[in-house]
Amino acid sequence: MSENKNKTKRELLLPGDVIEEGEDIKPGRGTFKRDGKIYAAKLGVKTFRSGYVNVAAQSGRYDPKKGDKVIGTVIDLNSSIWMVDINAPFISILHVNDVPWRVEYGDTASYIDVGDAVLIRITEVDELKKTQVSMDEEGLRKLNSGQIIEIAPSQVPRVIGRKGSMISMLKNYTGCRIFVGQNGRIWIDGDLEGQYIAVKAIQMIEEKAQVVGLTNAVENFLKEKTGKDLEDSDK
Amino acid sequence: MSGNKDMELIDENGKRLDGRDLDELRDIKIETGILKRADGSAYIEWGKNKVLAAVYGPREMHPRHAQEPSRAVVRARYNMAAFSVPDRKRPGPDRRSVEISKITSEALEEVVFVEMFPRAVIDIFIEVLEASAGTRCAGLTVASVALADAGIPMSNMISSCAAGKIDGHVVLDLGKNEDNFGEADVPVGMVPNTDKLTLLQMDGNLTKEEYEEAVEMAMNACNEIYEIQRDALKTRYSTTLEDEEEIDEDIAELQEEE
Repeated sequence: MSENKNKTKRELLLPGDVIEEGEDIKPGRGTFKRDGKIYAAKLGVKTFRSGYVNVAAQSGRYDPKKGDKVIGTVIDLNSSIWMVDINAPFISILHVNDVPWRVEYGDTASYIDVGDAVLIRITEVDELKKTQVSMDEEGLRKLNSGQIIEIAPSQVPRVIGRKGSMISMLKNYTGCRIFVGQNGRIWIDGDLEGQYIAVKAIQMIEEKAQVVGLTNAVENFLKEKTGKDLEDSDK
Repeated sequence: MSGNKDMELIDENGKRLDGRDLDELRDIKIETGILKRADGSAYIEWGKNKVLAAVYGPREMHPRHAQEPSRAVVRARYNMAAFSVPDRKRPGPDRRSVEISKITSEALEEVVFVEMFPRAVIDIFIEVLEASAGTRCAGLTVASVALADAGIPMSNMISSCAAGKIDGHVVLDLGKNEDNFGEADVPVGMVPNTDKLTLLQMDGNLTKEEYEEAVEMAMNACNEIYEIQRDALKTRYSTTLEDEEEIDEDIAELQEEE
């Protein structure tokens, strides 16, 4: 873990703070433009991406975005759609054409029933925030075993870690299958002991998000709990 | 607002009952993120006032007939605890708290980007735990901090403060006795970025000149309060950022499964 400690400290932006002035950069997510200046609309830090300046929120609810992989729970269904709760302000729609099976009309419940958890991708968010999701893609499926825990959506990048370091460490130590949905729901499957340790480790990440050297702290925790030492094979 | 002339509110040195100058605020302390289950929360101690605010949402509006098809509704609820005043306050909404809920909602609606969440509601609960004059300003101030804490998109926070008139002098931020025995009270809510007012009320009588002086005094104080609001959010969140892992927007590709 030879992390570069000379990172520039990121400045916290509050709603109404000026981010940029100028014409060459466009206002992206979490920002707004007024009188030629770009302001932050949310509490967060700025990021740049393909000519846009965005504010990555540091708090708050999940804001669905096209392309996100999320974990949802089916809360209602009818003959041709499932209604899926994805932890967003609104319920999203999963249509029978968007699942990997050929579903007879009215036969939705025999494939996915109310209460089932699904791994899905957001395919459409329209201007009215109506959200469509799809399961017709490799890797997307119904989650039949394991457990789901919830964290704040803003903490998802921390559980993943830089270039996926944190999540692969969790998987290696606990031997669990873990999937982190961008809506802050995490699916964990594996033997019970491993699941328990993974849940504890994720809770630790969420609670101690501000601790310096979090990756090392989590690694020590995992070592202690699992009795494994994978540090060498990690590198 | 009895305008009682027997009560002396300003002494011969020009100091007020609690030793403040005419244009001096009471002590203000704000903390954020104190309620685990709310999407955002904040707590303020403003002199002897203690006010808690919690934000939930945006979430689906119920009852559904109250939904707005093109925008979100900002629904603030101001409530005083039964134990918040020396004589027990009869619990539940009354004429005063319904009014304050309405003006707070309308003041906050001005800065929230409501059009981003059609059919939704943003619920704000303002609970006054201890009251000692100026709770509507304290409530509005703390509610906008809680909104920022909840990650609600908005153009700016709102800072709020009152000015008034006691013993013939225009003063800032009336205390309990000043409110009861003073001559006028003018609560002001301001958007610090643009100096726009989103809340302005007046209880009692002021001349035009006095009114203008009071509003200007309150607006200056709002800028001071804005800094306190910002500090509260910064102390809570900047620690999180010191050793921030790279914020990767491409996490979708990193979460290779299994």
